[in-house]
Amino acid sequence: MADTRLTEALERYEAVIGLEIHTEITVTQTKMFCGCPVAFGGEPNTRTCPTCLGHPGALPVPNEEAIAWTVLAGLATACTIAPWSQFHRKNYFYPDMPANYQISQFEPPFCADGRLDIELTENADERLDVATAANCTPLDEADRAGGYRATIGITRLHLEEDTGKMNHIGGADGRIAGATHSLVDFNRAGTPLMELVTEPDIRTPEEARAFARKLRLIWLSLGVSDCNMEEGSMRVDANISIRPRGVREFGTKTELKNMNSFKGIHDGLAYEIIRQAAVLDEGGTVVQETRHWDASAKVTSAMRSKETADDYRYFPEPDTVPFEFSSAYVDAIAARLPELPDARRERITDTFGLSMHDAGVLAVDTEMLAFFEETVAAAGVEVEGIEVKGVAQAVINLMLNDLAAHLNAEDVTLAACRITPAHIAELVVLVNEDTISSKQAKEVFAEMAASGELPTAIVEARGLKQVSDTGELEAIVDTLIAAHEDKVAEYRAGKTGLLGFFVGQVMRETGGQANPKVVNEILAAKLA
Amino acid sequence: MAETNVTARTNTEAALARIAAIEPKINAFTQVTEELALNIADSVDERVARGEDVPLAGMTVGLKDNLNLVGTRTTCASRILENYESIYTATAVERLIEAGAVPVGKCNMDEFAFGSSTETSVYGPTHNPWDTERVPGGSSGGSAAAVAAGMVDAALGSDTGGSIRQPGAFTGTVALKPTYGRVSRYGCAAFASSLDQVGPLARTVEDTARVLNAIAGHDARDATSVPREAEDFTAELGRGAEGLRVAVAVDWLAAEGLDPEVKAGVLAAAEALASAGAEVGEVTLPNIWNGHSAYYIIAPAEASSNLARLDGVRYGVRATNPEDVLDLYVRSRSEGFGPETIRRIVLGTYVLSAGHYDSYYGQAQKARTIVADDFAQVFAGYDIILTPTAPTPAFKLDEKIDDVIAMCSNDIFTVPVNLAGNTALSLPMGLSTGGLPMGLQLIANHFDERTLLRTAAVLEDHYGFVCTPAHASAHASAHPVTEGAPAC
Repeated sequence: MADTRLTEALERYEAVIGLEIHTEITVTQTKMFCGCPVAFGGEPNTRTCPTCLGHPGALPVPNEEAIAWTVLAGLATACTIAPWSQFHRKNYFYPDMPANYQISQFEPPFCADGRLDIELTENADERLDVATAANCTPLDEADRAGGYRATIGITRLHLEEDTGKMNHIGGADGRIAGATHSLVDFNRAGTPLMELVTEPDIRTPEEARAFARKLRLIWLSLGVSDCNMEEGSMRVDANISIRPRGVREFGTKTELKNMNSFKGIHDGLAYEIIRQAAVLDEGGTVVQETRHWDASAKVTSAMRSKETADDYRYFPEPDTVPFEFSSAYVDAIAARLPELPDARRERITDTFGLSMHDAGVLAVDTEMLAFFEETVAAAGVEVEGIEVKGVAQAVINLMLNDLAAHLNAEDVTLAACRITPAHIAELVVLVNEDTISSKQAKEVFAEMAASGELPTAIVEARGLKQVSDTGELEAIVDTLIAAHEDKVAEYRAGKTGLLGFFVGQVMRETGGQANPKVVNEILAAKLA
Repeated sequence: MAETNVTARTNTEAALARIAAIEPKINAFTQVTEELALNIADSVDERVARGEDVPLAGMTVGLKDNLNLVGTRTTCASRILENYESIYTATAVERLIEAGAVPVGKCNMDEFAFGSSTETSVYGPTHNPWDTERVPGGSSGGSAAAVAAGMVDAALGSDTGGSIRQPGAFTGTVALKPTYGRVSRYGCAAFASSLDQVGPLARTVEDTARVLNAIAGHDARDATSVPREAEDFTAELGRGAEGLRVAVAVDWLAAEGLDPEVKAGVLAAAEALASAGAEVGEVTLPNIWNGHSAYYIIAPAEASSNLARLDGVRYGVRATNPEDVLDLYVRSRSEGFGPETIRRIVLGTYVLSAGHYDSYYGQAQKARTIVADDFAQVFAGYDIILTPTAPTPAFKLDEKIDDVIAMCSNDIFTVPVNLAGNTALSLPMGLSTGGLPMGLQLIANHFDERTLLRTAAVLEDHYGFVCTPAHASAHASAHPVTEGAPAC
């Protein structure tokens, strides 16, 4: 459930949110306009050269690979690729920018007019107009009650260079306020940086978080960036305004920065909606400004006033030449597109009959998916006549419950753990063939996780065979009935709770290896 | 070199001696790097001794002080960079040294190449070797004066709106602006990136071609440099004028303020080429003034952005005890830049501002296209256009420094070439009645430097003029007649 103060604010005001998401292209070996290596951290100012330090006469040479990655990212977000584009200079003075202009893009950006579908399951109730909103569709699956899908427009995706980093010394928390001096590290300066700008289509903090999550998954599946929000290789800023419900005019927006986690995106925007609502409720006006989200204090505070728009004096970057993207070039890059998370989830659902939720988990985790597919293949080959879908469900259940719990408890990765697809496949087969019970499967799992032994070997070594032989079990039941005539009478008189007693006795007689289903059937028949 | 007793070291020593003798009168250098020069000269001699092919072995050169060379300061003749030590070497300089040339120092210039007289330098003006009361032109005035006075065999300058050619005309030297993209700009402190081009000045057409051979060619470090097959720019020298199609820009000869002697010189050049077998015609290039206006928008606009990096943060002169970063910027820049530089930054910032972009920068780009179209039409039927390089011979020091318009109209004939990206050369066509050199501008199509140099060589023979000062270097190409010699 959404925060009540947020719900209360959203009942009266509609939030209008647009995101600006900067992602460093970390897959390229070198910076955007020079040959310096791209990496995080390191001794300050060691990965620099005349170009990324802005020395007189040094020139930028565009990194063609970074441009190709941006086009790929644009194709993955349903953007149109400009047939002709160029870099522009964005002029402003700041010490983290070596040339005091940033090589960026103005018109036309490499990629524009895209969109992204997001699915809202958590905090779906933040959105009050799912039924009527043009960009929303309720999710109809049973396990997704209350959820909805929203389409968010992407205005543009362009390529630019990152700035250096300022270190303010002597103030609190490294912020500039109160600092006595500042140091600049240009190691990051010139790193290729994609900037994606959404349409103001987002209406709730949860939608903003879902968008950022989804975009991150897409970038990760492309391999374009490591998308590390803490190290700043993916940075999400938001423009947010509110307006009374029913009003079409936009309110005054604030720009929110420093939301360097998914939780920060949600909580920062929620705070800002509540804050702006309080300002309007008191008859005040929202000030157009940039605000900083402080995750520990859980508040936003004003960074700098933006009453007048900055004049960046954009003009075409004369040190580079314009780009023409032929359809052959775009087609060649499109051919590099991997299976994206949505398509992959659909394929998993279709092929294996998994729920949207289970398929969704696999779709975003390449390692898990590979493990799953290998396991199903291994199990499917050995089990003649068993439908792949049944096997798939058993496999995913084991993976998401027992295996996930094991990885979590031991704090190991899938790759590092002893359990292989062969282990899970054998285990699933043993249960499906009724060789062992589900309860015994738990024991086998624990054993194989600890020793790395294969399930069949464990079952044999421990003699863990399940007794499903009707004749053998009937004989045991007959003996029990003869030995406990009083209890049989009580049962027949209506004390049916005694069934458990008989089951327990059969289990004890068989050393726990009786098939409970078969035992129940036999007891039901003989006690009737 | 082997045929004479001259080595790179002796030639360099001779140049250094000549500089020591006459530099006080000329002020062509912002710094003379004697030790570096002798070290380079020695390594050239070693290479020659090893039998390496060193085409410019021992040729002494001056480098405009906006060209980076490790071991020198690159000041752009500005206070804000007076302590700036190069941390890398410009491609053109690197190639020149690779070819065996010996840089002896950095040449004076207008601050950041903003000017036509070399009077805005923080190191004081350079004097014209032909008449030290007069300017050598600009902004590559130090380079031109050093060559004219025989202090070096050749020099590199940079040309954004005529900054190589106009000083060439004022000092009686051969001065070439290559086609945009022909020579790497990497390492040349930018004035206006879309117009700048590094090029040579020398006393003969042949030396000019030899230096171009060394510095031309694609450079992966400059995205605007054009990949092309290597060419020998001396190959067509001596081929004569037969078959050349030469056009005289007749409407330019009607320009206000054009000295009648200069005009007559251009017409005489056309006749000389016709006599030598060229086909000569008349053309008009009507958008010269539109081009001039466009230039004074585009060039300051780009300059305002290019000079933003000079902020006192990473290098260069920084204001002391700044209150905050804004104060650091404002004072470092106000104290570090001279008045002409500030004027251009303010102008450029203004024309790029929101609300002004379309009416200034946008319009200027359209005008630029129109100017380029004028040239393209002419070059569809001709190989060479003849014009004056500058309206007059060298003017006096202080004569125009306070008259911005007069100073700017000095580059009326050179600016359009930069806008269109063509190549052009200023050739001395003799002395005026006042005893000052006059320059003829030859303009050729993109990447047609070979025809440009070939035509210039025909006229060079015809004039018999060569700038040969008293202590001419052993490395200037021999020439039979000396019509004039600088007075210094």
